[in-house]
Amino acid sequence: MLRLQNVNSYYGLIHILKNVSMHVSEGEIVALLGANGAGKTTTLRTISGLQPVADGLIYFDGQDITGASPEKLVGMGIAHVPEGRQLFRSMSVYDNLELGGYLIFKHYGRKQLKSDIEEIFVRFPILKERRGQYAGTLSGGEQQMLAIAMALMSRPRLLLLDEPSMGLAPLIIKDIFHLIATLQADRKLTVLLIEQNAGAALKIADRGYVIETGKIVLEEDASRLMTNQEVKRAYLGREQKEIWE
Amino acid sequence: MEFWDKKIECMSRDEIAQIQLEKLQATLNRVYKNVRHYRKIFRDQDFMPEDLRSFSDFTRLPFITRRDLSLNYPYDMFAVPLREVVRLHTASINFEDPIVIGFTENDISSWAELMARNFTAVGISKDDVVQIALNFGITTGPFGVQVGAEKIGASVIPMSAGKLSAQIKIMRDFRTTVLVSTPTLALGLVREMEEINMDPRTLSLKYGVFGSEPWSEETRDVLERKMHITATDTYGMTELFGPGVAWECPQKNGLHIAEDHFIPEIIDPVTLAPLPEGSEGELVLTSISKEAFPLIRFRTGDVSRIDYAPCACGRTHCRISRIFERCDDVIIVRGMAVSPEQIGQVLSRVSGGMPVFQIAVERTDGLDQMTVSIEISDLNFFDEMRKQRRFVEKLHRELSELLGWEVTVRLVEPGTFDPSKRVLDRRTFQ
Repeated sequence: MLRLQNVNSYYGLIHILKNVSMHVSEGEIVALLGANGAGKTTTLRTISGLQPVADGLIYFDGQDITGASPEKLVGMGIAHVPEGRQLFRSMSVYDNLELGGYLIFKHYGRKQLKSDIEEIFVRFPILKERRGQYAGTLSGGEQQMLAIAMALMSRPRLLLLDEPSMGLAPLIIKDIFHLIATLQADRKLTVLLIEQNAGAALKIADRGYVIETGKIVLEEDASRLMTNQEVKRAYLGREQKEIWE
Repeated sequence: MEFWDKKIECMSRDEIAQIQLEKLQATLNRVYKNVRHYRKIFRDQDFMPEDLRSFSDFTRLPFITRRDLSLNYPYDMFAVPLREVVRLHTASINFEDPIVIGFTENDISSWAELMARNFTAVGISKDDVVQIALNFGITTGPFGVQVGAEKIGASVIPMSAGKLSAQIKIMRDFRTTVLVSTPTLALGLVREMEEINMDPRTLSLKYGVFGSEPWSEETRDVLERKMHITATDTYGMTELFGPGVAWECPQKNGLHIAEDHFIPEIIDPVTLAPLPEGSEGELVLTSISKEAFPLIRFRTGDVSRIDYAPCACGRTHCRISRIFERCDDVIIVRGMAVSPEQIGQVLSRVSGGMPVFQIAVERTDGLDQMTVSIEISDLNFFDEMRKQRRFVEKLHRELSELLGWEVTVRLVEPGTFDPSKRVLDRRTFQ
């Protein structure tokens, strides 16, 4: 469904993504793991058109989308949930959802938008309770749910999730990951997920990539990544001992 | 037609190309970081892993030979620390110049996966009883067969290559349905059954999966007819897992290479230039899934041809033609790789200098016989008959010990053979 070939990206003169190739098939959850500054967020931003591609190709459904504008990509079915729950904090939950559904409103009218929001409320009952509340007053977990709900309002087929568990309590993280897994199952949603919490991400993912200083160093089934000693040591925090010499 | 993993075995060529590119880039990044040898040869070519954009960039890289592997003996080619390695094997090729191959937990599970594909493709399932009549030793062969057969849920008899009568007894009593062995051993079983007047139809045998030495279509015909089985070929080498690199599907029209684990190429063994699709040359393989022992452009020494056309069985992975010859002097005798260097080392150690010699291999009654002919010179000529005999006996003993089976040693007058030909293979496979 999504395919990256030899993608390179720069921040000014700094070479961030070095020949990144990866793919996400229809209906898969793919986790992108890596340390801070490895280029995970840049990869997502490059896919959603927020970060220019210096070299390489990106295909979505067989169509070349390299260099396409973010708004066009949303229309094609790619939704990006950025890191740090970037909501309109001084607007109500309902207004936030309406904004997320802007394209639905544009193409199908207000009636459809309303029924879409109702559908979202079925899945996120907590948001229905808080529909009039300012987004900024929600708890961290609720804000994350709202951020995901906003992205879902554009009826995406591919969801790009950047660190959904950041700054959340472990119990809430569990809920969020459960939500992602059910979204994949019910909506046939394809998910590309960045996560520091590698253990939780690999539990729900089908496959995973490990990125190091802008280069992909591993591509494996999620279950096999969990047993990879290097991944364990670097991201699951189990092994500490040094390399044998 | 059964598949173990239909999604992967039948994916489009486009998808295969994407997966190969991703895995190749990841592998290059890892070996560049972790293996000194690769770092050195990449730098010599002024190549950084991130330079790889397509397969044409890949062909800039130098080849890896068995010599490189033995120069880095024991652990310098490993891409993971030894503590992550769960299994160590060595190739049968040359104990004087050995190489060590490591496997991580994930490598073993990939291997099981590959063998499971092989077995399922042939038609073997969890209802089968698999008798492994390969030598359980330090080489990889039988272990891959075992993990693969267990993965599909078949019952495994780790019989090892032993006495033929014992094989037949177990085969009958345990109701073996699949025989995995060298074709030579299978032919031995056929003869043994004929001798004791046993009808193979009274056995439960249905399939034979044969490998680890070249064998002809004629042999296949004999085995299928006389044992009443479907006989298929399997290909691999210890350096790359062992069996499970490529295997025949029931179409028996070439061996499918698992292209999500290996990238095959065909090169000219002399000029080392890549050859166009469909031509015959040396098979070069790159492993793109191995963690402990990744090999980049490894020269197998086997002569083959690649066919990318889709197979009637539905698999999209390319097929290599069956392997009957090698482009170096290494010969496969009784399932074991023997090189003239290895024999020469023994000869020079015993005689205190390198004599002129020739290795001749014949197949009589389906069993390989090896003769080493040595030209008489000052090195090995003695006035005393007793000394002379003792010398030949010593050579015979040392060589037989090295290889594990009887070798004939002859002293001959100079000019008896062409000294430029060190190996004379009188067997016919095609």
